[in-house]
Formats: sequence, structure tokens, C-alpha cells
Amino acid sequence: MRIKPRIEQKIAQSVLMFFTFIAVLVLVFILAVILKNGLPQLSLEFLSRNPADMGREGGILSTIVATIYLTIIALLVATPLGVGTAIYLTEYTVENRITRIIRFGAECLAGIPSIIFGLFGFILFVNRLKFGWSILSGGLTLAFMVLPTIIRTSEEAIKAVPASYRLVSFSLGSTRWQTVTKVVLPSAIPGIITGIILSIGRSIGETAAVIFTAGSALRMPTSLFSSSRSMAVHFYILAREGISMSKAYGTAAVLVIAILIVNLITYYLMERYIKHRS
Amino acid sequence: MTKIERNERLIRLCLLVVAFSAISVLAVITIFIFEQGTPIMFKYGFKNFLLGQDWYPSEKSFGLFPMIVGSLMVTLGALIIGVPLGLASAIFLTEFSNRRLARILKPFIELLAGIPSVVYGFIGLMFLIPFIRENLGGPGLSVLASSIILGVMILPTVTSIAIDSIRAVPDSFREGSIALGATKWQTVKMVILPAARSGIVAGVVLGMGRAIGETMAVIMVAGNAAAIPDSILAPVRTLTSNIALEMAYASGEHRQALFATGVILFVIIMILNTIANLTSARQKKR
Amino acid sequence: MKTTGITVRNFSHYYGQHQSLKNLNLDVYRNEILGIIGPAKSGKSTFLTCLNRLNDLIPGSRVEGKILIDNQDIYQPDVDVVALRRKLGLVFATPVPLPTTIYENVVYGVRLLGKNNHQELDDIVEDSLEKAGLWNEVKDRLKTSALKLSGGQQQRLCLARVLALKPEYIMLDEPTSGLDPISTMKIEDSLRILKNDFTIILVTNNTKQAARIADRTAFFLMGELIEIDETAIIFTRPSDERTEAYLQGKFG
Repeated sequence: MRIKPRIEQKIAQSVLMFFTFIAVLVLVFILAVILKNGLPQLSLEFLSRNPADMGREGGILSTIVATIYLTIIALLVATPLGVGTAIYLTEYTVENRITRIIRFGAECLAGIPSIIFGLFGFILFVNRLKFGWSILSGGLTLAFMVLPTIIRTSEEAIKAVPASYRLVSFSLGSTRWQTVTKVVLPSAIPGIITGIILSIGRSIGETAAVIFTAGSALRMPTSLFSSSRSMAVHFYILAREGISMSKAYGTAAVLVIAILIVNLITYYLMERYIKHRS
Repeated sequence: MTKIERNERLIRLCLLVVAFSAISVLAVITIFIFEQGTPIMFKYGFKNFLLGQDWYPSEKSFGLFPMIVGSLMVTLGALIIGVPLGLASAIFLTEFSNRRLARILKPFIELLAGIPSVVYGFIGLMFLIPFIRENLGGPGLSVLASSIILGVMILPTVTSIAIDSIRAVPDSFREGSIALGATKWQTVKMVILPAARSGIVAGVVLGMGRAIGETMAVIMVAGNAAAIPDSILAPVRTLTSNIALEMAYASGEHRQALFATGVILFVIIMILNTIANLTSARQKKR
Repeated sequence: MKTTGITVRNFSHYYGQHQSLKNLNLDVYRNEILGIIGPAKSGKSTFLTCLNRLNDLIPGSRVEGKILIDNQDIYQPDVDVVALRRKLGLVFATPVPLPTTIYENVVYGVRLLGKNNHQELDDIVEDSLEKAGLWNEVKDRLKTSALKLSGGQQQRLCLARVLALKPEYIMLDEPTSGLDPISTMKIEDSLRILKNDFTIILVTNNTKQAARIADRTAFFLMGELIEIDETAIIFTRPSDERTEAYLQGKFG
């Protein structure tokens, strides 16, 4: 009778360990397959030449450029809106009905599937505003998608700034806005950057929202109104239409490496930020 | 003085306007999707949309029932696979593993939440589909394949949130339980999991939202036949795939029907969101 | 002849329902050190934040009565609060250097006014640090982080930061509560000299500190001003028995 809980404990521990092992194994497998098959495809040529023959030949340069443009537009729009919202919520108001509505909106927005963003971007930007399938339409759609992430991370970062900094700043005769720009934001910058980098990761990897707004034209984007294909969309088309598995692996490797780098930077920043604060 | 005050007032006003961006975007999305999607539902009747079995857009037959069932099936499948794995990993890493292992594995698992969904779909297409086809039969593209891929995709979300809520349980709970002679597992089962429950539920609901909203990965492994699957090895089409597959060439009422699909998806997601919000709010209150 | 700087009449302060200051009446003279003593939560710190209206920032804060500073009613709607806070510099109980260099900490308030002339800023930094008794210790590392200073140095930096604003009044809220005796002595020495140019209000939970450097001392208890008088009188023959009991350590 006395031994039973210990046996139960042993069994439970083994099962948990086994499940964890499976989970980690699956994730390692995915990474390993992509890198093992993708890395041999990578070369300077692959990165510096445009795709040819629907992507069967050549590299992926135009899709890299398109991805970068889309990401930049998304961040240029979403960062001021997101950080501004966070500043308002933390510095310019107290908890009330309006802040609850704003937070509710951001949380709901975060839960909306990307295909819905795609549909919306298609109707509003591509059709109504007549931007067509373009970098601009895709970038704006992505901006709306990453907005909640930037709001949430910025808000957390701003809240973490010690209240005493604000008191000191006010007591030295600064206005609220001066306190925000000279004391609060500089201290919150690492956290805000974390949110921005997370958003970069999401923008790079997004497919469903981009394919219906930026289009899938395989050429180098020349203006905001060029229809263009991002890396993730290119990879999707290569793989799904079976155009070239080797090129697909190569593209996937670039995507995964980009995301890994972005996430590692985020992780590093957060660790340093936490250490710095404590 | 008055100038400073006027400036401050102006800044406050600007920030207030900016702060309404998220809720405005939400409102505009809602309006557009409903504006585009509901008229055709009125025209052909809600019942036909929700319960109609046949999706033949060219013949004006817009039954979404197979897709609704499909979405729910693969989401359920994803939960059956992702939640035990995710929860087990979370419990193991917080309560049973040594600290060093947890410090490496938690960021690793979270890192994988960032991998684009198309990559998951691609891996499924290359490895899982042939495996299912050869060992279990059927075309490979199936409910099973979709569930497994989605389960793996929600794994990082479930694990990460579960770890956070288990860590949030005060150490005094653990110490109290151990002091009463409970084993670690009994402590987990009887003290920690109940205490962390609403956080874990919120994580599961979030994972569910991710699974039901996922598009590209599912398209690649689901087979996409617009019929109710008769087994887990049969192909399936979800609401999201229905939109993404046909949007490129749809026009007129067909396109509107795809927006109607979006409306249904939207409503399901909003219900999930609200549940998640309520549970996390309840946790905070406690 | 003493000139009156601050006049407080029938002044009360509330946090929501709670009355934290009850019907205060007192004057602060120019170029004196006024010590304010009393047990924790007796309203001493609140009183300081009422004088520079830092309490405006706290939701639910409300005042009644009048405070005149240099004959200006500071709770009138047309008062420039920013200028008021510059006029009454405040040093907090725990030193809070902003997370930047020593130099930037000192000029923080000056830069807010849009002054950016290097020579002028350099002069202000030297002058303020000199007056706060910190110049010799930090003059070679002005561009290093202020967070690396010791607690006592940080507190003197906070004093210098206030002095850089060229205020007329300096308010200190238990400035030496977390400091060692030597740092405390250095700050007290600075205050004795600063008295010639400034009016100083020193809140302290250390009655001996008030005895050492205050010209007059006020005793606060539960939001009330029990008595205010020459320091020597307060410490030798106070008129209220509660003051005597507090000074003898019977409570507080």
C-alpha cells in the first residue's frame, strides 16, 4: 500500500518524459529535414538571382526583396500605431471602460485567422482602394495583422519602467509628453524592439494573408504598386504545384534560417532585458 | 503655460485616436466580411449554407456543412494530438526535469512557434502523407494527416502558455503538498494542475483558435474534397481551405459565398476568443 | 527680519475618501531649514507633494484650503505647474538616478527647457555637483552610468539634479533614510551651506537630524500639525505632550 504512490510517480514521470521526448523529436525532425535538404541548395547564386521558368531555375532574389518590402511597410505602419496605443493605455489614462474596449479589440484582432485578414485586405486595399495586388496592399494587411503583437509587447515593456522614474521626471519639471519621450520610452526600448522583431518573424512567414493581397507575380518589385511574390508564397507555390522540390527546400531553408535568427535575437534581447531589470 | 497645456491636450487627443486603431481595424474587418458575406446567405437561406451538404458553386449550391464538419474534425484531432504532448512537455519541463534542460528546451519549443505554417505543411506533404498512404491506406491526404500537422503546430503554443501558468503557481502550494507526504506526481495532479487550470485552458483555447484558423498547412495535407469525410483516412476540406483554394478565381456569387465562409469562420473564432478572454480574466481575478 | 516664503492656510488633502492632511496652518520662512518630523504615514511626504503639486498625478487626489508660495495661490487653475515644480525642487527618499550618465542626470531638467549650449551645461553640471558635495568624487567620470554610484553618491546626485534647476525651495523627503552615517553627514553639511541661497524643507524620520540642522521644526501626527517652533524649543520644552512622547521614543 505504501509503495503504490511511488510506482505511480515513476510511471507518470516516464510517460511525461516520453511525451516530451516525442514533442521535441518531432520539432527537431522538422528543422533537421529542412536544413539538411535545403542548405545544399543555398549558394550565392540562389540568393542573388531572380527566379526563372516559374521558379524551376534561378534563385529567389525577387522574393527576398518583396518579403523585405512587405515587412518594412507593415512595420512602418504598425509600429507607430502600436506603440502609440501602448503609450495611451499606460501613460495617458487610467483603467476604465475605454481602455477595456481598446484591449478587447487588440485581443480579438490577435485571434483573427490570417485568411480573414487576406479576404479583408483583398476587398479593402486591392478592390475598393484600387491598389491592386501590390506590395502596398500586402504590407498594409500585414500591418493590421501584427498590430496586436506590437501593442501587447510595448505595453508590457512600458509598464515595466519603474514608476519612480516618472515621478522624478515630473518633479524636475517635465510635461507628460517629455516624461514619455525622455524617460519612459528609452527605458522600454528593448521590450518594444522585441515586439517589432516578433512581428518581423510573423510577416516573413505569412502566406494566406499575403497571397491574396500582394499577389504572386514572379518579378522584381519596382514600386509600391508592383504585384509581387514573397518568399513564403513562393515556397508554397513551388511545393504545392510540385514545380521544384529542390528549390522549395532551398527557399524553406532561407525562410527557416531567417525566422531562427529573428527569434534568437528576440530571445537574446529579452534575456538581457530581464537581467538588466533585476 | 497655456501653450504647454494645449500641446499636451493635442498629444493626448492624437494618442487617443491612435489607440482606437486596433478596435477600428477589428470593426472594419467585421463590417467588410459581413457586408460581403451575409447578403448571399440571406438570398439562399442560412439553413442551406450551414446545413447544405453540397458545394457546387457553379450550380449555385453553397452548402458549407462538409467544411464546418471538416474544420471541427481537424481541430478536434489537433487538440487530441497537441494538447497531451504540449501539456506533458510543460509539466515535465517545469516539475520533473532539471533546470538546465528546461532552460534549453523551453526557448527551443517557443522558437518553433515562429516557423511558417507552410513549412509544417510541406513536411507533412513530403513525409507524413506517403507514410499514411503506405502504412494505413487511403490517399494519405486526410483528416489524420491534417490533425497531426495541426497538432504539432499548436504544440508550442500550448506548451509555452501551460509552462507559464504552472510556473505562476506559488511555491508554497508545492511545499505544502510535499510536506503532507504527497509524491511529486500527486502534487502535480492534485494541487498544481487545478491551480493552473484556467491558464492551461486559455492556452488550449488559443491553440484551438490557431488550429481552426490555419490555412496553408492544411491545404497541403488535407486533400480538400468538399465532402464529409467517412473516416480519418479520407480527405477533408476546412472552412479556411475553402476560401483559399477558390478565392483566386472566384467571382460574383461564388466569391460572395467564400466571404460567407469567412463569416462563419469569423463567428466561430470570436466565440473562442471570448471564451479565452473570459477564462484568462477569471484567472487574473483569482 | 524673516520674510515669509510659503503660507499654508486651512489646508486639507484627500486620497479619495481618506483625509491625509487635516487643516494645516503654517508658514515657511525664506532661507531657513524647516525640519518636519513625525511617525510614518503622518502626512509629511504628502505635504511635500502638495507643495509642488506632484499629487496631481495621483488619481483621486483632492485639496481644500490655500497654499501661497511667494504670494501666489498655487491651486489656482492658471498656475504653471511645470514652473512650480522647477521652483520647488524635490529629493526623494530613495535615490532614483535615471538610467543614463551622471552628466545627463544633472542636466535632465535643464535640457527640458531647451538649453543645449555645451559650455553652459558644463558650467551647470560643475556648479550643481560642487554644491551637492559630489564634484570631486565624480568629475573624472561624468559620462559613466549614474547607476554605478554608491547609494550616498546617488542621493547627492539627486540633490545636484534639483540644484541644476536653480530652484528657490529645496524639499527633501527623508533623504538620508537609506544611507550610512558618513554619507548622511556629507548631505547635512551641504544643506547647511545651501541654506544661504535656498529655503529648505527637510522631512525626516530621524529626529536627531532635525535637531542637528533644522532652524525650526514641525511635528506632524496622523495628518495633523501638532506644533511648529524653533528647533531648540521643540526639543527642550515642547508645548504638546504628544510631541514630547514622540521625541522620547514612546511611539513612532
